[in-house]
Amino acid sequence: MEATTHAKHGHDTHAETHHHEPGFMQKYIFSTDHKTIGIQYGVTALLFLFFGFSLMAMMRWSIAYPGKALPVVGSILHALLGDAVSAVNNPDTHQLIGYAMSPDLYNSFGAMHGTIMVFLAIVPLAFAAFGNYVVPLQIGAIDMAFPRVNMASFHCYFLGGVVMFASFFIPGGAAKSGWTSYSPLATVADMGHRFNGQTFWIIGMVLLITSSLLGAVNFIATIIQLRAPGMTWMRLPFFVWAQFVTAFILLLAFPPLEAAGVMQLMDNLFGTSFFLPSGLMMGGTTPLHVSGGGSPLLWQHLFWFLGHPEVYVLILPAMGIVAEIIANNTRKPLYGYKSLVYSVLAIGFISFIVWAHHMYLTGMGTKISTFFQTTTMIISIPSVIILTCLFISLWGGSIRFNTPMLFALAFLPMFGIGGLTGLPLGFNFADLHLHDTYYVIAHFHYVVAPGTIFGLFAGVYFWYPKITGRFMSERLGKIHFWLSLIFMNAIFQPMFLQGMSGMIRRMYDGGAGYSLAKNPDTISALSEKIMALNIPISHAAWALGLSQIPFIFNFFWSIRHGRKVESDNPWQSSTLEWQTPTPPPHGNFDKPIEVFGMPYAYSVPGASSDFTPQNEPGDSPRR
Amino acid sequence: MDIPYTTKARPDTGLFNAKLGIWLFLASEVMLFGALFSSYILLRVGADPGAWPQGLLNIPIGTFNTAVLITSSVTVVLGWSALQMNNFKAYRKFQAVTILCALGFLGIKSFEYSDKFTHYEIWFKDGHRQTGHVYHNGKKVWFWNNKSLEGSPAVTDAKGNVKEAAVPAVAEFEFHPDARHYAAAAPAELAAAPVEHAAAETGHGAAAHPAITVKSSDIRRLSAFVPSHSTYFAIYFTLTALHGLHVLGGALVIAFLWGPGAKMWKTDPERYTNRVEISGLFWHFVDLVWIFLFPILYLL
Amino acid sequence: MSASHSIEAIKKHRRTYLTVFLCLLVGTALTVGMYYVHFQHLSTTVTIALIVATVKASLVAAFFMHLSHERKAIYSTLLVTACFLAAMMWLFIHTRTDVPLDTEFPATKYVPHSSTPAKP
Repeated sequence: MEATTHAKHGHDTHAETHHHEPGFMQKYIFSTDHKTIGIQYGVTALLFLFFGFSLMAMMRWSIAYPGKALPVVGSILHALLGDAVSAVNNPDTHQLIGYAMSPDLYNSFGAMHGTIMVFLAIVPLAFAAFGNYVVPLQIGAIDMAFPRVNMASFHCYFLGGVVMFASFFIPGGAAKSGWTSYSPLATVADMGHRFNGQTFWIIGMVLLITSSLLGAVNFIATIIQLRAPGMTWMRLPFFVWAQFVTAFILLLAFPPLEAAGVMQLMDNLFGTSFFLPSGLMMGGTTPLHVSGGGSPLLWQHLFWFLGHPEVYVLILPAMGIVAEIIANNTRKPLYGYKSLVYSVLAIGFISFIVWAHHMYLTGMGTKISTFFQTTTMIISIPSVIILTCLFISLWGGSIRFNTPMLFALAFLPMFGIGGLTGLPLGFNFADLHLHDTYYVIAHFHYVVAPGTIFGLFAGVYFWYPKITGRFMSERLGKIHFWLSLIFMNAIFQPMFLQGMSGMIRRMYDGGAGYSLAKNPDTISALSEKIMALNIPISHAAWALGLSQIPFIFNFFWSIRHGRKVESDNPWQSSTLEWQTPTPPPHGNFDKPIEVFGMPYAYSVPGASSDFTPQNEPGDSPRR
Repeated sequence: MDIPYTTKARPDTGLFNAKLGIWLFLASEVMLFGALFSSYILLRVGADPGAWPQGLLNIPIGTFNTAVLITSSVTVVLGWSALQMNNFKAYRKFQAVTILCALGFLGIKSFEYSDKFTHYEIWFKDGHRQTGHVYHNGKKVWFWNNKSLEGSPAVTDAKGNVKEAAVPAVAEFEFHPDARHYAAAAPAELAAAPVEHAAAETGHGAAAHPAITVKSSDIRRLSAFVPSHSTYFAIYFTLTALHGLHVLGGALVIAFLWGPGAKMWKTDPERYTNRVEISGLFWHFVDLVWIFLFPILYLL
Repeated sequence: MSASHSIEAIKKHRRTYLTVFLCLLVGTALTVGMYYVHFQHLSTTVTIALIVATVKASLVAAFFMHLSHERKAIYSTLLVTACFLAAMMWLFIHTRTDVPLDTEFPATKYVPHSSTPAKP
């Protein structure tokens, strides 16, 4: 971040707008400028993305080669986290068996991989980083509505990240009950430690939720209040609409999880029984020493009331980014802008009443199952409308195949696969078979990994020139793209097969013990072919990690050595974020902004240029 | 560089930024408390028979606290309208009452809490249950549970120095039972016998039975009215503590605007009035939450 | 906006505030009084208490928080919130009541403690 902002200020020709030069702390740590905060979010979130990926890479080792010593990192982890064999004497160390991963550590990594990827990497990157940097620019505002709240939001996020990260090193290790933290497991899993990983998880989550709430309030207020004159609702770029709906989802779906977190904290620390039923027994015949009377289902309800809208928090910003890039690189307006807007609003609305399709197997009645099944099918309609509009936007365009466009184009079929494979999971009868298998993993990773993350990569490549004044290398970008595309599919396609064959998720040995325990002739045992897929999937996962090297190198190298932009608007875009100096100074615009037309005025018939910026009247009538 | 519409309303929305901001924040608060209320309903509907305590809270004090909070709400709005009329002195007086009310509310609430921590329920091994107060060595005891009866051996460090003295096990203690256990009779039967009504109240104001001596060996479970007593007290303490935090937060903001923040009245009175309005909106919301909390926790 | 209000209008508002204050006190008294009446069914008590509480809350929202004359953006936000809150409550309760095999929940029947040994 430091280097990025350094380069940024090197180009800052508008420093005279500062009354006095702010110090380092004010400029980089306690900055209230939406662009700096966006970059802070972006860099922190990218680090967490990398960290979350590393956890997964180690888990894949345990799946492919259960019980074998982890290469390279095994000894480091052993030194950091302790040995499980000595755990007999000292239950505080619970982590590695020799240099191999213990089941407990696998559980910790699994839970934290999910938590970190969702709450610390993708949401901050998609919503907070891009939203902070781009939204005020795109609506022609000089900053967010509440700059200090914005700063507080980042600080809460950062603290939450620190708490989550610290939980790996406390006695008992990090939370190990899945990213969903289902009670009663989450409460009883680590009962020997009063302040255990789960407690840290909840405290971290409360901080992250607070951060998201502050961010959401800020975004909505900014979009409603600070639009430039002439920027009517139907002239907003689609990305802004996507962020607007995302902010509403965060605002209204997160508090129930906060409530649930508080209740689980009470269960863990004060011995209440919000989520513990009467007569709960644990590894014995005497019931747990609690009052009982709670409801495990309550946790699931509250969790998924956030959890499902959260999926749309992950995907909508990426859709917005992709829409921007497609419009820009096809040099024609988005097809069906209004349908896109109404669809995204419909998604936001319906996403609140589909949550229990994660809970078909909890013994819900048929009426309520049918209700959630129906709403789940309904919500696929606006998603498909968005995807279709984006596909049709390509029709007849003279497409520029630069790196951001490649990622944006790959997003479409990848998200398509993710979405379509979700339909069987939305039907309660098909879900009986597929629930909690690798099929589910493949499905939602198709949505968020080659889906959202490709959208985010596209956004990084696309807005990088605005932030730094230099392009990222196209050649490295294309290497990064093709390798990522190939390995993403190599990882997740076989998982569909494994899942449909009945391989359950969350098995630290990738199902080896499960297969041994079953009679190989019975239908539920995993065949050797299915088990054998574990190894190539793991290899593809590590290869995917290696294919990010060109990106990481490109990202840092281009700050100083990338090709310089020729103008403030290198992509010849018509939206407002490109009508500012590069990089935008404090206060963003060097002239008052007034908006005259649609965000995507490309190839307007009769116009003298290929595109007409939103803030120019133009010489030809536009919509 | 000034952000537009921090004081003046934006013409097309008719709002200044902070007003929209606080309402958005309140919307999320609605969902927060709404989720807890939903949990309350779910837990209550699913409670085991006789496991949902009723009538253990002090209703007169609760009613008084409600009145205190309502009063603070009306003084906030009166203070704000005084500011609108440029009457800063009246505003100061009204808000002073508000802050006092907030402190009063919290004080009364903590008294109620401490009262609960010394009030007990005992599940006897023969199946019957009683609520009442536990005395040991002539003093009311706090936060006792089964473990407190067992005592604990002395804790020594490696050198043999005693770090914690041994606590002897409690073989028996004095118990002042309440007149009636909350699960003892159905409300319908009570309605049929209105004469005994007053005496039949559990908890406060109850005509207590004479003190008895309880043997620890007869007890299956002993718990003060703490969150782990039952899901009822769990949700009671969670909801009221969360609400109490909101009261505290709101009071701090109002006190800041009343005290050091009041400088702004001289420099930018309109913005200051807006700030008071925003803090007031939050305060009314806190009041509004209590309006629901009071009946569902105390009365139903 | 406050500047546009005349002193007269504000004075009128203050009378409204005091009236609302009295109504709230009366409402509180009503709810508490109802508690001592002991209706035949618990549901009657619950219904009355919730209706009174809702009325009181509406008064606070409408007059103290001056929602009775607010802007569209705020109304729409609150409407959306109300929808989601209603959906949450209704569906939570509905999943509780819609269970297979006509399971009967114990709390629907009242059993005095003496006849049931308390569950662990």
